[in-house]
Amino acid sequence: MRAPLSWLRDHTDADASTSAEDVLAALVRVGLEEEAVHGGDVSGPVVVGEVLEVQPEPQRNGKTINWCQVRTGPGEEDVRGIVCGAHNFGPGDQVVVALPGAVLPGGFVITARKTYGHVSDGMICSSLELGIGDDHAGILVLSEADLTDVRPGDDALPLLGLDDVTIEVNVTPDRGYCFSLRGVAREYALSTGGGFRDPSDVGAPPADDEGHPVRISDHAPVRGRQGCRRYVARTVRGVDASAPSPAWMQRVLQACGMRPISLAVDVTNYVMLATGQPLHAFDLDRLRGPVVVRRARPGERLTTLDDVERRLDPEDLLITDEDAEGSSRVLAIAGVMGGASSEVGPTTQNVLVESAWFDPVTVARSARRHKLSTEASRRFERGVDTDLADRAAELAVRLLVEHGGGSAGAGVTDVDERLPREPVRMRADLPARLSGLTLPDGQVDDALRAVGCDVERSGDEVVVNPASWRPDLVEGADLVEEVARVVGYETIPAVLPEAPAGRGLTRRQRLRRSVAAQLAGLGLVEVLTYPFVPEGRHDALQLPADDPRRRALRLANPLSEQAPLLRTSLLDTLVDAARRNLSRGARDLGLFEIGRVFRPDGAAAAPVTLPAPGTRPDDETLDRLRAGVPAQPLRCAVLLTGAREPAGWWGAGRPVDWADAVETVQAVARGLGVRLVVSQDEHAPWHPGRCARLALPDGTLVGHAGELAPAALTALELPERTCAAEMDLDVLLAAVPDVVRAEPLSTYPVALRDVALVVPVAVPAARVETALREGAGSLLEEVRLFDEYRGEQVGAGQRSLAYRLVLRAPDRTLTGEEATAVRDAAVQRAAEVTGAELRAG
Amino acid sequence: MPSPNPGYDPVRVEALSETAVEQALADGLAAVAAARDLDELKAARLEHAGDRSPLALANREIGALPPAARAEAGQRVGGARGRLGRALADRQRELEAERDARVLVEEAVDVTLPVDRRPVGARHPLQLLQEGIGDLFVGMGWEVAEGPEVEAEWFNFDALNFDPDHPARQMQDTFFVEPPEAGLVLRTHTSPVQVRTLLERGVPTYVVCPGRTFRTDELDATHTPVFHQVEGLAVDEGLTMAHLRGVLEHFARAMFGEDVVTRFRPSFFPFTEPSAEMDLRWKTPSGERWLEWGGCGMVHPNVLRACGVDPDRYSGFAFGMGIERTLMLRNGVDDMHDMVEGDVRFSTHYGMEI
Repeated sequence: MRAPLSWLRDHTDADASTSAEDVLAALVRVGLEEEAVHGGDVSGPVVVGEVLEVQPEPQRNGKTINWCQVRTGPGEEDVRGIVCGAHNFGPGDQVVVALPGAVLPGGFVITARKTYGHVSDGMICSSLELGIGDDHAGILVLSEADLTDVRPGDDALPLLGLDDVTIEVNVTPDRGYCFSLRGVAREYALSTGGGFRDPSDVGAPPADDEGHPVRISDHAPVRGRQGCRRYVARTVRGVDASAPSPAWMQRVLQACGMRPISLAVDVTNYVMLATGQPLHAFDLDRLRGPVVVRRARPGERLTTLDDVERRLDPEDLLITDEDAEGSSRVLAIAGVMGGASSEVGPTTQNVLVESAWFDPVTVARSARRHKLSTEASRRFERGVDTDLADRAAELAVRLLVEHGGGSAGAGVTDVDERLPREPVRMRADLPARLSGLTLPDGQVDDALRAVGCDVERSGDEVVVNPASWRPDLVEGADLVEEVARVVGYETIPAVLPEAPAGRGLTRRQRLRRSVAAQLAGLGLVEVLTYPFVPEGRHDALQLPADDPRRRALRLANPLSEQAPLLRTSLLDTLVDAARRNLSRGARDLGLFEIGRVFRPDGAAAAPVTLPAPGTRPDDETLDRLRAGVPAQPLRCAVLLTGAREPAGWWGAGRPVDWADAVETVQAVARGLGVRLVVSQDEHAPWHPGRCARLALPDGTLVGHAGELAPAALTALELPERTCAAEMDLDVLLAAVPDVVRAEPLSTYPVALRDVALVVPVAVPAARVETALREGAGSLLEEVRLFDEYRGEQVGAGQRSLAYRLVLRAPDRTLTGEEATAVRDAAVQRAAEVTGAELRAG
Repeated sequence: MPSPNPGYDPVRVEALSETAVEQALADGLAAVAAARDLDELKAARLEHAGDRSPLALANREIGALPPAARAEAGQRVGGARGRLGRALADRQRELEAERDARVLVEEAVDVTLPVDRRPVGARHPLQLLQEGIGDLFVGMGWEVAEGPEVEAEWFNFDALNFDPDHPARQMQDTFFVEPPEAGLVLRTHTSPVQVRTLLERGVPTYVVCPGRTFRTDELDATHTPVFHQVEGLAVDEGLTMAHLRGVLEHFARAMFGEDVVTRFRPSFFPFTEPSAEMDLRWKTPSGERWLEWGGCGMVHPNVLRACGVDPDRYSGFAFGMGIERTLMLRNGVDDMHDMVEGDVRFSTHYGMEI
């Protein structure tokens, strides 16, 4: 909401010495946050000038400029020569002249300068150049702006309101009444303790039966709320609708960010800005009969003032008229926007002013449904003062009469179906209990009265009737906020609460940090990516048609239609970060991300009947609510490309390969104390021959690692041989024991036995190692593959795997025979399981 | 030990003469002194102290001497051998020390060569900041809670006292998940964790929840559709706005330094009443201004009721501060793009701590 300081001064104790900063500081203390300061960026000398002479001078560029003599003061020396390019003025016109030294909006400093062969001693201004309009086409001629009683040399700044500053504050959704000068002034007075003069303080004539007939007929209240609870209609006859609205009114409208349109419209807007009551003006002669407020009927349409034809919904509340035969015509969507058929135009003579109270829910839904957020709907959906309609209408009638030359119609229609409001009962100790302030009863009562409440005490209760403009005050806590902001939030002390002894981070939280530290320690850089995924990403990743990762959640309103899905794997989006880095010149990358992916199970959610607001759902409903939220496992993904170890003075670098990807997963698992079982797998987007499946010893899948498939890399525009891993941290972290049990350390010497086994190449090394472990039994401390050989000596289709067995007993030194027996048992087992043969020699 | 030498005049054995022994010793000492390295010393040892050296040969003769003469000859030869042995040992040490010193010189390298043989990793600053905030609150006895990012509307809105038709609900710029009847959204704030926490833990509860949140804002220098908040929630008997302010001021000092200036002003959130906003006084190129840090307030009685907590007995406060905003202010990040685009240079700059 914007409020010109000059207007605010009319209704508060603010005076000429009160700056915009002072006002904003006062308002923020009571909850109206400063948004901006407008205006005040023009400084003099800017004066009234009388054009004496206009000499057109055609230029070689085809333009014609005017060499003007302009009187800017009483003396002879005040006649100045000024070059001007506009042609909409002539001798005798009074204009605005910015003299050398003046500063116009945008920091534009006026100087006497040589141009088109003359010294132009100032500038004749357009309203755009002065920042008071968007009409750049021509010079602002004062008589056309209804400014006649002026003389050359008069200071033009106050004349045009350019000395005024407008503040803008952010109005929170609970404070609808602050979408008005009335509300802002009230809050300023509240904050400063000064006076407040209510702009709606006029006497409205009592209702009678002579006014234009109006009927409220709501047969389908929304959420049980009648859409209209009061409708005041007033008429003004004999108005000159083509008369301009007064300059001061136009200035207020412009300062508040609205465009002057016509007298009738400007008056309704002005009264709305002043009081917060939206009004609508109908051309009375275009109404065919009584006004009926009702819900829309199936198939009804309305072309609104913005020239859009709208299909109306049965929930839309309408303003209609009804002719003698009872046929009904739609005039407006109540509280949102009017239609063209009853619009006030230049030929309008008789006006009907609507001043009504429409229900916030009805208006909010219509505004949302038609994507029509208007000045009126914004106010109605926040709740308009329930006790304002008649006075706002009276204000509008007076202004129309005063400036349009008509007379108020005889009748006053006021269909009043307002409900009485229940008082709010608050426990007397609540203000202190919530605010932490020491608050004597009197201070609480005074504060509540200061915001317009009626306050009574009854035992240990405070009984409060909130002001008609405060629909947001419905329970004790609401009143406490009022008390606190009147007393001042800055008076609330700062006290640290003492929480009960906490248990620290959970094991899972600590393990997660450990994983991240581990990966960073491996030389990988953590990144965070948006979870939004393009439609074709799963194709690019070469996922099979029935892959469950294709079952992604879809956003109804994605930021970009290019990326409407939510990721089902981290690689979905980690590849974007990789590509971005590569495009910025990086060549060697090691990225990791820890984050959630979204894995809907595809089942339709069971319908949930939501509990009434402010009540705890029963356990079954809660379970259903929780179950309706799709699984969001925590994942960790790694992407490697380029060199894993860079080249340098020490020699060549080492390119990334599949093993680096597997190693990261293994290193993370080892760091957590979890042993993973590796097996060969074929799983997109990995290279079918270079994809490791990593699982817990019980077979539970943890993730995959290896080199990405060439087709995927091509589609994703990533370098060849890029490698990646993705693991499910929920699974991995759950496998970490709560407490790691100690293992006794044997101090007896080790016995080493090396074996070279020849196995078919199709036998995975992991199986050979597992067999060796099984065969060796408990005396085996470690087994390590130290060589792999393929070639003539072992024959085609075979390879030799050389292992070192590290043997140790817990209680004795192993004899040579014992060690050899263990080795033989290990080899025996490997032979049984994998067909391995001990390599000769 | 040589056998007796009957044909030999023991008194006249030349090799045992004083002159000969002294000469052999002198030769030996001279050779030791002349040895310039360990190899020469080894040759000198062989020549002058080895089995075939004059002194060794002389020593052999002693056994053949009549017993009366042995003592004197033995003393003489033994003395000489002892002195030579000590000289050899001394020289050995000297030369070894010289060699060791030389080796160290020869092995010297240019330690200013670049040693970036392995890539250097880094954590993301937003994650580190969230962890640091968690630690701060854990230090006060609070715990860290978590919640899902795709959330039921009931948790994100209804339970938080957002009326379906209230403008506040529309102002959240919510991402909705299809189909609409599933009632799912990307959480617009971390506040649904308040509800989950209260339902699961009951009271008293003191938790923070750092996490990802989503709004339909286009990415620009100061906005991002995916951002992070840290939610705080304390519900207990006797909690007031003074406690809220105390916690936030402590938090602000931990983030921005002891001298940070804060402002506590009235605001509105459907799920808190009274509601407040905490601002920070910040120096910007265009002068000092108040910058919004986050919203907060006393947990709305309807939220407590929706979680089965009696608002007449318990009260609580909640806050939600922006992590990106905190990082931007605390560490001087100028552009939101840097935080969200995954450029490794952004994370690498910070390393493992911010």
